[in-house]
Amino acid sequence: MKNSIIIKMNKLSDSLKNRYRYDVKRFKKNKVAYALVMPFYCLFFVFTVLPVFLSIILSFTYFNILESPQWIGFTNYINLFLNDEIFILSLKNTLIFAVVTGPVSYLASFIFAWLINELPRRIRTIVVLIFYAPSLSGSAFLIWQLMFSSDRYGYFNSFLLRLGIIKEPILWLTDVNYIMPIIIIVALWMSISTAFLAFIAGLKSIDKSMLEQGAIDGIRNRWQELWFIILPTMKPMLMFGAVMSITNSFTVASVSTELVGFPSTDYAGHTIVTHLMDYGSMRFEMGYASAIASVLFAIMITANKVIQRLLQKVGN
Amino acid sequence: MRLFNRKYKIHRQSTAERIILPLFLVFFGCFMLLPLLYIVNTAFKPLDELFLYPPRFFVSRPTMKNFRDLFVIMSDSWVPFTRYLFNTVFVTAIGTAGHVILASAAAYGMEKFDFPGKKLMFSSVVLSLMFSSVVTSIPNYLIVSKLNMIDKLWAIIIPALQSSLGLYLMKQYMVTNVPDSLLESARISGAGEWRIFFEIVMPIVKPAWLTLIIFIFPGLWNATGGVMIYSEQIKTLPVALAQIVTGGIARAGVASAISLVMLVLPITMFVVTQSSIMETMATSGIKE
Repeated sequence: MKNSIIIKMNKLSDSLKNRYRYDVKRFKKNKVAYALVMPFYCLFFVFTVLPVFLSIILSFTYFNILESPQWIGFTNYINLFLNDEIFILSLKNTLIFAVVTGPVSYLASFIFAWLINELPRRIRTIVVLIFYAPSLSGSAFLIWQLMFSSDRYGYFNSFLLRLGIIKEPILWLTDVNYIMPIIIIVALWMSISTAFLAFIAGLKSIDKSMLEQGAIDGIRNRWQELWFIILPTMKPMLMFGAVMSITNSFTVASVSTELVGFPSTDYAGHTIVTHLMDYGSMRFEMGYASAIASVLFAIMITANKVIQRLLQKVGN
Repeated sequence: MRLFNRKYKIHRQSTAERIILPLFLVFFGCFMLLPLLYIVNTAFKPLDELFLYPPRFFVSRPTMKNFRDLFVIMSDSWVPFTRYLFNTVFVTAIGTAGHVILASAAAYGMEKFDFPGKKLMFSSVVLSLMFSSVVTSIPNYLIVSKLNMIDKLWAIIIPALQSSLGLYLMKQYMVTNVPDSLLESARISGAGEWRIFFEIVMPIVKPAWLTLIIFIFPGLWNATGGVMIYSEQIKTLPVALAQIVTGGIARAGVASAISLVMLVLPITMFVVTQSSIMETMATSGIKE
């Protein structure tokens, strides 16, 4: 009995040794590979991987930068969910925002790409530019501030006044009822980006002969063709696009702070990210801000995983 | 002219398809285009047209005055404006070039070599696509300050180098476009690994670099440095320009001129590289 264990142990240690030797050999053989990968990956580790873990650890501490962090357990999370009404409001705003802009921008990106794909080449190039340009614009979205300006010179106000729909100018950017819709519109305007390009590219690379074969097999209209041939072929693209759209839709902040100000009227334009910036870069409560960041991290990863599950079912 | 001309006619098109779908595209095309047109028009409006009531969308007597005003304000500033311009050009050039080189090298290493730890590395890269860098902003600030990079341009450049989208797109492009057989035959004919990378792989993946450039460029070009940078001499062009625009309709012309100036470069780059970008994005799918 004992012997057999010893033999087994020896075998195990041998196999471990072999494994180790094998790894060392692979390691040496792959010196070039490590030299290629490491410059990027070290930076990636320092500025992305490590910060995720640090953020989670810091979220359990009280930390104001001046003094060293103090462990306070779940206090930050308890305060966040039970004592911070503004956080709950920002959570609600962020979810509304993500649920509207995420799917709308994703579907719009796909539909635009699908329609644009059938345009003649020259026109297509221009139309792609028109749809993609707003996402390149940096701070150009501030033009919306001028269009939604609250006096009579504001483009929308003067337009509605002239049509007689309203009697006096609407305070678009300070009225609680309009803040959220306006942020959503502007964010949608800027959201036709990476996913859109991926969809166009994916549609372009679909083999025409597949569509012809489909027609022979009894596909009767454009919609059937879309559902039975195009969508299943594009599944990897749809996944990639979804990741891009979800990540974008949860992180609206600058559109809100620049257009409706910070803090916005009654915090109507307050999102998780603006709440995070408030505590992180104004109040320097880094532990609390890290807890906010960790909640956002959890939400984004969960949303991505759920949507990927759903997309697996497309065309099946 | 039929806008939607299919070369192969495989199924009957209903009225809805022929009329409603193009209208839909035109409507949303206008929604996307109008604000941009508004910027262009406002940038060329003289002061009296800005104060015209009711406001007009199109400029009737275009003038360069807003651009001249911008120039005058710039030459009056305490820190010479060329300094801000230099900062932004420096950040954009070094950041873009560095990102393309590092991400291509890493993508090649991960795609064409098999080494311990590769799978874990790549899955961490894919996972990082699923959350935005806002999540890591607090620890990032702490790390940047530990590395003594606060209030230096490197605080903008270094974190931008490791954008995982670039590595991901580059690696996906290499799967289909850099055949193993090509690398094998290069090795057999005695080429060193580095020579293979720089002289064979990099030229093949040129469309992918252009794509990496178009994704990293606008971010760096519009980068403000946020809380990482506070000295006036280190501030970037977007920060300096934002200071000019204190709001109000009188400055709307100058503000639009600024937006227009900042937009020209990214849009030109996109126009020039569009076909390469499409080629790269065709391989971007996530396969599971």
